[in-house]
Amino acid sequence: MSEKNHNVSRRQFLTYTLTGVGGFMAAGMILPMARFAIDPVLKTSSAGDMNAVAEVAKLTNEPQRFDFSYEQKDGWYTSEVTETAWIYQDGDNITALSPTCTHLGCTVNWNANEEHPNQFFCPCHGGRFEKDGTNIPGTPPTEPLHKYVTEVRDGTVYLGKAEPQI
Amino acid sequence: MLQRVYDWVDERLDITPMWRDIADHEVPEHVNPAHHFSAFVYCFGGLTFFIIVIQFLSGMFLTMYYVPDIVNAYESVKYLQGEVAFGLIVRGMHHWGASLVIVMVFLHTLRVFFTGAYKKPRELNWVVGVLMFFILLGLGFTGYLLPWDMKAYFATVVGLQIAESVPIVGTLAKTLLSGDPEIIGAQTLTRFFAIHVFFLPGALLGLLAAHFIMIRRQGIAGPL
Repeated sequence: MSEKNHNVSRRQFLTYTLTGVGGFMAAGMILPMARFAIDPVLKTSSAGDMNAVAEVAKLTNEPQRFDFSYEQKDGWYTSEVTETAWIYQDGDNITALSPTCTHLGCTVNWNANEEHPNQFFCPCHGGRFEKDGTNIPGTPPTEPLHKYVTEVRDGTVYLGKAEPQI
Repeated sequence: MLQRVYDWVDERLDITPMWRDIADHEVPEHVNPAHHFSAFVYCFGGLTFFIIVIQFLSGMFLTMYYVPDIVNAYESVKYLQGEVAFGLIVRGMHHWGASLVIVMVFLHTLRVFFTGAYKKPRELNWVVGVLMFFILLGLGFTGYLLPWDMKAYFATVVGLQIAESVPIVGTLAKTLLSGDPEIIGAQTLTRFFAIHVFFLPGALLGLLAAHFIMIRRQGIAGPL
């Protein structure tokens, strides 16, 4: 039989099989490493954890500052992280606001500026927010303060992640 | 498609002579296992290089999770092999490859020795090869400390005592390696990491290039 009778020549057959075997071996090497590298993207996050922050009985109509801590696991490093929430109660509604200014991330305080009572005030660039977190037009912030996911269980307020209001 | 991309580049940069020069050369009959099966002994150099490539790759990926710090080193290794997907495999590749590369270098050296391939005009290539062997031993020694467990620590204690036993310069050599005259600790670990990840691999790459340029210039040694 001459080579002309074959649709695939001996040289082509060898090229295909060698490329296939070589590709298989290279994939066997590269795939574990690639999967290893992209692991953080595919890891399911522990989001949805709620932390006990305050007794409902202690809440008032005026925003109050509550600090709460929780364990944060960062790879092999576990640490205690402290966050702050401004919480107030309006009838049955409990609102917990993040103190991070939506302008450049400084920390806002309630009633901190005498010229602007009953507002959240940011000392960095004079950003101001209403009690419900709405940013006041004419000041630097472009969106309302972020709002914590809130849940009440057995008279205690639990907070989740702070999420944008808009 | 691929052919057209190649042609497009080749038309502008004339790359065909470049790769022809590197890759397109005849394998002599006495080196080809298809002719004489015993010629498989000529594969050991290539296998050494192949494993070194695996070591480079797996090492690069391991540094994505590893930290060279006495507080976190052990924990980060534990995390990357226990909780990161395929971490055990990637660390295993680096771990077993480290031993296998020494085996392959040994077999390659035996072949070169018993075929007399080190003789004139190839003496320099033998010298470069021996230097690379020492670099690989250094990589093994420095890499062994990095997991920062008991075995790693005490192996390094012994290794540094051996360095110290060298007459006259021993104490200096030990301090230079461990970063402190007495303590084997934080500074030793970062030093070993730097040597393991930057200095020795850099030197190895340079010597590998010299090794390959010489073998291409001089060709494979003739049959026995």
